[in-house]
Amino acid sequence: MAGGFVYTAVDQTALSTAEIYGKALADIILKDPKVVAITADLAKSTKLGDVLKVCPERVINVGIAEQDMFGVAAGMARAGMIPFLSGFSAFTSMRACDQLHTDICYQNVNAKIIATHSGTSFGQAGSTHHAITDLAITRAMPNLTVIVPADGFETANAVNAAYDNFGPYYIRINRGFDRVLYENQDYGFEVGKAVEICPGTDITVIACGSCVFQAKQAAEFLKNADGLSVRVLNMHTISPIDVEAIQKAISDTRRIITVEDHLVTGGLGSAVAEVMAQYGKGCAFKMLGHKGFAMIGLQEDIMADAGIDANGIIASVREMMNADFEEDDNWDDEV
Amino acid sequence: MANLSKAEWLQLEKKALELRKLCVQTTVWAGSGHFGGGMSVMDLLTVLYHKYLNIKVDDPKWDDRDRFILSKGHAAIAYAPVLCDKGFNDVEMLKSFNLSGSKMGMHLDSNKVVGVDASTGSLGHGPSIAAGTALAARLQNKDFLTYVVTGDGELGEGSCWEGFMTINHYNLSNCIVFIDRNHNMIDGNTEDVMKLEPLADKMTAFGFNTIVVDGNNIGELCDAIDVAIERAKTPQAPTCILMDTKKGAGIKSIEGDYTWHYGAIDDALFEKFNKELDEDYAARVARAEKEGK
Repeated sequence: MAGGFVYTAVDQTALSTAEIYGKALADIILKDPKVVAITADLAKSTKLGDVLKVCPERVINVGIAEQDMFGVAAGMARAGMIPFLSGFSAFTSMRACDQLHTDICYQNVNAKIIATHSGTSFGQAGSTHHAITDLAITRAMPNLTVIVPADGFETANAVNAAYDNFGPYYIRINRGFDRVLYENQDYGFEVGKAVEICPGTDITVIACGSCVFQAKQAAEFLKNADGLSVRVLNMHTISPIDVEAIQKAISDTRRIITVEDHLVTGGLGSAVAEVMAQYGKGCAFKMLGHKGFAMIGLQEDIMADAGIDANGIIASVREMMNADFEEDDNWDDEV
Repeated sequence: MANLSKAEWLQLEKKALELRKLCVQTTVWAGSGHFGGGMSVMDLLTVLYHKYLNIKVDDPKWDDRDRFILSKGHAAIAYAPVLCDKGFNDVEMLKSFNLSGSKMGMHLDSNKVVGVDASTGSLGHGPSIAAGTALAARLQNKDFLTYVVTGDGELGEGSCWEGFMTINHYNLSNCIVFIDRNHNMIDGNTEDVMKLEPLADKMTAFGFNTIVVDGNNIGELCDAIDVAIERAKTPQAPTCILMDTKKGAGIKSIEGDYTWHYGAIDDALFEKFNKELDEDYAARVARAEKEGK
């Protein structure tokens, strides 16, 4: 861990997730003269205020030019610095996709991308500003570690992990405030290792980002109302995916539902499906996410519309639990 | 010609000839290559690697080295011979250029080929990478210089202009921009495919101290680089050296022929090109003798 930076439950409620990123980066930048923040006219939106206060000379604004931001970051990284780039995830993943691929990932430079306003968290801005393809894009990039923190505590952990480990990182956070999932930072965050939020044996819900809190609420409700034992995994790292946790979920529960604020094409659900298909054991499976361009509106309304909020997850779990997909409980005749 | 003696000019001409011949040979080994644009930029590569770049062959990752970014990455067919001849990589490696399993593809991978500062090939990336490199020098109080060369057709990529804006905005005079204005791209003359003129005015309007030179005249090239290096000592408007060049420079029969953007060289052409290079060299020596001091 980078150490030093610890923030509290008070910060969690007082600061938006991006502000927590800004605070975490300010702490790192003070300690390490090699670290630099780069933005494309979004210093305010991506909450670099704290960094500007402590070290304005190491905040580089390139104007509205995401491709340039990635190239500049690659040049800086190659010259010994550790750039943290921040921008809206719709543009960091798509407008600068070639630079992400070639300058950052192919060259395997030590640059960290903080993609804000992800998923439908800037819902009212419409599809131009919804980032629902970014996981499909970034997950396909060799060398790139892709993390989707579920709340502010996890964002701080992800930022520190990105700083501590060499190589390109893509950290996907939301606009505004996230529901608080964890009580503090010390829950054993490890890159590439899913966190079990709720233990369970009947079915596993694998979620990332803002959907983890929704899955947790759904699991608690289903436990009380239906007596179901729902395992909830926070799959914060999309690449590299936690193969072991997915295989264990298949073996233990034989039913999996994935939930993400992203298209069902190419994101978390696809990553889980790839593991499952190669594992070769039968498992009921459903991917929850957007099926097309999302509606305009508040994120909670969009999530309800897409069936990726607690109510949508509850409905999908009930549907799957009631489906008679297996004649017997004998695994041996399945594979 | 303040800093270039006649003797040094003649030496550089000799090196440029050797490197052009090595490029012809590499194209034969490779089967084919981006030959025309390799030849147009060869004089710049020669003067940078044999006069200006502060680099250490035995310590290629030296932190304080000058950086060179070949934004027109397809000119690797010229750049790879320069790097091998310089000693960064074994000249034998050139025999595998383009071949399956080789470390050297048509566009050089900075993680595979020693001495390459940026993996280019996708056009329009170099200016921003150079801007970042020069910014990093400033932020770390380092004196190294960053040299970047783009093609002219490459300037169709809007990202070039994003990079130019950053180089200008941060007064990165320690980043010296070259444009290889060989007037040709894959589909024909730049002015037919997508107008670039008035290019010098464009660069000036983007904040550059723009110097137009004959980019296949080593004397003129060195004069302009001397001015750029002098300006690099203090943060101020950056320098753009707009090099008027010929595609296929050094080989009369193909000079200015856009179809030589990419091509193959057979035994007959190999002999013909080498002969033409010798003739061109004689003319260059005469020019250096006349114009050099």
